[in-house]
Amino acid sequence: MAVISYIEAINQALREEMDRDQKVFILGEDVGLKGGVFKTTEGLYDRFGSERVLDTPLAESAIVGVGIGAAAYGFKPVAEIQFADFIMPAVNQIVSEAAKMRYRSNGDWNCPMVVRAPYGGGVHGGPYHSQCIEAMFCNVPGLKVVAPSTPYDMKGLLKSSIRDDDPVLFLEHKRCYRLIKGDVPEKDYIVPIGKADVKREGEDITVISFGLTLHFALQAAERLAKDGYSAHILDLRTLYPLDKEAILEAARKTGKVLIVHEDNKEGGIGGEVAAMIAEECLFELDAPIKRLGAPDVPAGPFNGVMEKFYMLNPDKIYEAMRELADF
Amino acid sequence: MAENVNMPQLGESVTEGTVSKWLVTVGDTVKKYDPICEVTTDKVNADVPSSFSGTITEIIAEEGETIPVGALMCKIAIEAEESPMPSTVESSPVSLHTGGTAEMKQEHGAKQRYSPSVLKMAQEHNLDLTKITGTGMDGRITRRDLLKIVDGKRTGKVADTFNMKVETQAASLPRVNEENLAVPKQKVSTPDSSAVSVRLNHGDQVIPLTAVRKTIANRMVQSKHETPHAWLMMECDVTGLVHYRSKVKDDFKEKEGFTLTYLPFFIKSAVETLKEFPKLNSQWADDKIIVRKGIHLSVAVATEEALYVPVIKDADQKSIFGLAKAVDELAKKTREGKLTPHDMTGGTFTVNNTGSFGSVLSAPIINHPQAAILTMEAIVKRPVVIDNMIAIRDTMNICLSFDHRVLDGLVCGKFLKSLKKKIESYGYNTTLY
Repeated sequence: MAVISYIEAINQALREEMDRDQKVFILGEDVGLKGGVFKTTEGLYDRFGSERVLDTPLAESAIVGVGIGAAAYGFKPVAEIQFADFIMPAVNQIVSEAAKMRYRSNGDWNCPMVVRAPYGGGVHGGPYHSQCIEAMFCNVPGLKVVAPSTPYDMKGLLKSSIRDDDPVLFLEHKRCYRLIKGDVPEKDYIVPIGKADVKREGEDITVISFGLTLHFALQAAERLAKDGYSAHILDLRTLYPLDKEAILEAARKTGKVLIVHEDNKEGGIGGEVAAMIAEECLFELDAPIKRLGAPDVPAGPFNGVMEKFYMLNPDKIYEAMRELADF
Repeated sequence: MAENVNMPQLGESVTEGTVSKWLVTVGDTVKKYDPICEVTTDKVNADVPSSFSGTITEIIAEEGETIPVGALMCKIAIEAEESPMPSTVESSPVSLHTGGTAEMKQEHGAKQRYSPSVLKMAQEHNLDLTKITGTGMDGRITRRDLLKIVDGKRTGKVADTFNMKVETQAASLPRVNEENLAVPKQKVSTPDSSAVSVRLNHGDQVIPLTAVRKTIANRMVQSKHETPHAWLMMECDVTGLVHYRSKVKDDFKEKEGFTLTYLPFFIKSAVETLKEFPKLNSQWADDKIIVRKGIHLSVAVATEEALYVPVIKDADQKSIFGLAKAVDELAKKTREGKLTPHDMTGGTFTVNNTGSFGSVLSAPIINHPQAAILTMEAIVKRPVVIDNMIAIRDTMNICLSFDHRVLDGLVCGKFLKSLKKKIESYGYNTTLY
């Protein structure tokens, strides 16, 4: 077992899957020679050559469109959108083509493609490099949306996504790339898509989160423990389809639920999680379901003070957790 | 900041009140002393004034609900006082984050609001939520509280703090009259009516008790139980009074605008006699007898539904006209349901004009905690013997019930005799003013 970073886990997963399956190839902006702007694909160009690690033009629609075509041909493309903010030109390809291919062809065709996209803020990236885009894709049947939080889950879920027979939107939190480190086994393993994971056992409140804010919640839980409250923390890991069973189980455990995500609060994935709990286990609830998200203004103020105001942090999450625990 | 408004002490011996009508609703802004609700208590319908200026945030007592004196009726949010310091820059962003907090606190402040899981657990485990002290925000009962009880880690406990608070508030209320201070109250044991099995026959009508009827019942039982009643009666010749009244009543009506009845004359005589025999203007106080200096006369006034006993304050300082006016005003107030607690408290002796409905003899129940009650019976023409001759005279019986702990037959006999003499002496030289 080695301690590696979140970004290293991605690199390892890509390398191992490309070794394992000749049909896997990478395409995206600067993924080849440069090894990616975040160095995610570093060393892969040297190892697998220009035919399996393709530098593309700055045209996201083309990146995904080429991927869909290749997938239809039997390949397993891993398309990188350099920043999730840039995914918008490719939405038609992802939503109307990739996600619908199996359904529209009555099962004759499928699209085993992964679209990787670094998302989220806190890196002083400004409005074009800080957005959370998951909510837009979380009501598209035919598409899976995965957003791991730890190196272990990252590696296991990326492998699962690559091996999946249908398209997966794979979201990587860019602030987590080098911030988050963790144990990852040397041997080959996968983490199943569609399964949430309890990251901390607790009795008093349930916090449901993913990505960067999950780590903040874990830190806040340590502080809350000193106040005498224990927090039960669930990592969603897959955002679409949601792991309903795990969500309801976690909600029932304490009857007090706080959903935390970095995305804007209104219309965020937290609303769906809250609705699910309200529908299924109202009579186990001991407090109103609470959500904590970013204020409903555009993500990524460039001004440092404003960015700090916009982004969640362990203190803000602690306050919300403490309030719910006290209730 | 929210202040509590509690059920006020609306008169002597009042222990509970029924909220008959709310005059405000949640969200209304009220000024101090504005009436916020109508309360029916011990024979009184009264408006409860607001003790604060602010906004009604919560109404606890529902219309028709009977709650003890000092119990919470509603909550009023007081307008925030001006901060002496200019608000600092640091404090402003806080409100952005805590906007939800205040809402949540206010919305769930009431102890009686239970979460779905708490209600479910209470049903499953047959727990009485009213007897459990909550550890959540503002005393809310949390699911964890119930889990601990179910696991046997703590016991279902009566909310002591809550009850204690009510008692302290009741105790700290200013007492309306001095009798309550001087006399240790004895507990009234009311027979539990629900325990009595009553068989209803076809066509029987069941009349639910009103607050007033309940109070009358309790007061009567209390008086009959605690006070050893003794009774005396004397016959008066009121021919002189009858002649005098019929001579002046038309002029009086024209001049004063209301009818001159016999009652003010009787009250006048009774008050004068009480001055001679102050012992009848007294009350039993367990280890002592308290003789009252002020003569405040309770006058029984009946309506179709109930009996009220408003008080003529300092009756000894009033002329017959003054008494007539006071009686007229109190009777009017009683009929209109406008008696205030002030009108009802402080009586030291009661006069009841039972003759007004034709009674010639009655044995009244003493108006607790007073020592005696006097009735004036109907005036009837009777053949009587005067100087060995038979004459037809207007006669009237006067009856006195008295507390035999305080008074004996001799003094009461003397009292009645003196009273009789005064009543009989009314005639052409009587002055009204």
